Amino acid sequence: MEVFLFYLFAVVAVAAALGMIFGRNAAHAVLLMVVNFSMLAMLYLLLGAPFLAMVQIIVYAGAILVLFLFVVMLMGQDPGPLWEQMKLQRPLALLLAIAMIALLVPVVSGRNILGAQFGDPVRPFSSDPHALAEGLFGGYVLPLETIAIILLTAMIGAVVLAKRDAYRTKREELLNLDEV
Amino acid sequence: MEPLSLAPITTTHYLLLSAVLFSLGTMGVLLRRSALIVFLSIELMLNAVNLSFVALARQVGGIDGQVVVFFVMTIAAAEVAVGLALIVALYRTLGTTDIDRASELKG
Repeated sequence: MEVFLFYLFAVVAVAAALGMIFGRNAAHAVLLMVVNFSMLAMLYLLLGAPFLAMVQIIVYAGAILVLFLFVVMLMGQDPGPLWEQMKLQRPLALLLAIAMIALLVPVVSGRNILGAQFGDPVRPFSSDPHALAEGLFGGYVLPLETIAIILLTAMIGAVVLAKRDAYRTKREELLNLDEV
Repeated sequence: MEPLSLAPITTTHYLLLSAVLFSLGTMGVLLRRSALIVFLSIELMLNAVNLSFVALARQVGGIDGQVVVFFVMTIAAAEVAVGLALIVALYRTLGTTDIDRASELKG
């Protein structure tokens, strides 16, 4: 059962990613990414991380992609520009993707990464929110506070960037006043 | 190759899927000219790495991998907020999101 579910989620995720990369419509691309992220959330469930699966759906599919959709709505539809500028860009990019996969496959198929061999049975552990909270507020409390500061910075930055027109108008006003 | 059989799903399967998704994201970043699609491909790459973190957390048996995934998701949210504000500002200035047109600093 797990085998079937894994392949189902994996194939749909890869298909959605391909559809996003080769699609023409920005809104379709965002919706295909919703599918992709939902499949990843299901894979997290298979991997025994239920809290992360829910956080994935809430944060990624529910907040980040909604932001993307807002921007797509704001900007209207791109008139479908040509993809590549260089003559050989598309074959080269495909070659790069194939080379990346070819280089990564022997690395992840290796038997002794991180001291644990991949043939070993996995070690299940309690991954409920309690255990995650113990990790977050235990050993990782400093990165947690840093991330809070990063979020604050991002909020301020987004507001500043969005209010740019008002700033420019005010500056022009002041300059005109100087000329008089 | 062993992982491609119908054997029980090991960590290697998840890492292979993560590698494929990461490479697809890279291809998207290199190929597309719309700033939005490039940004979406970057998010795809981040998610691929998240998947490999969770898979290895299960393999090693510690919660650290999932804590890192939590951090990556938070940072991705912050990055998307700022990045989308930048894209909107770019669109207001240039009139298009074609990244090849954003070449003011070009030699």
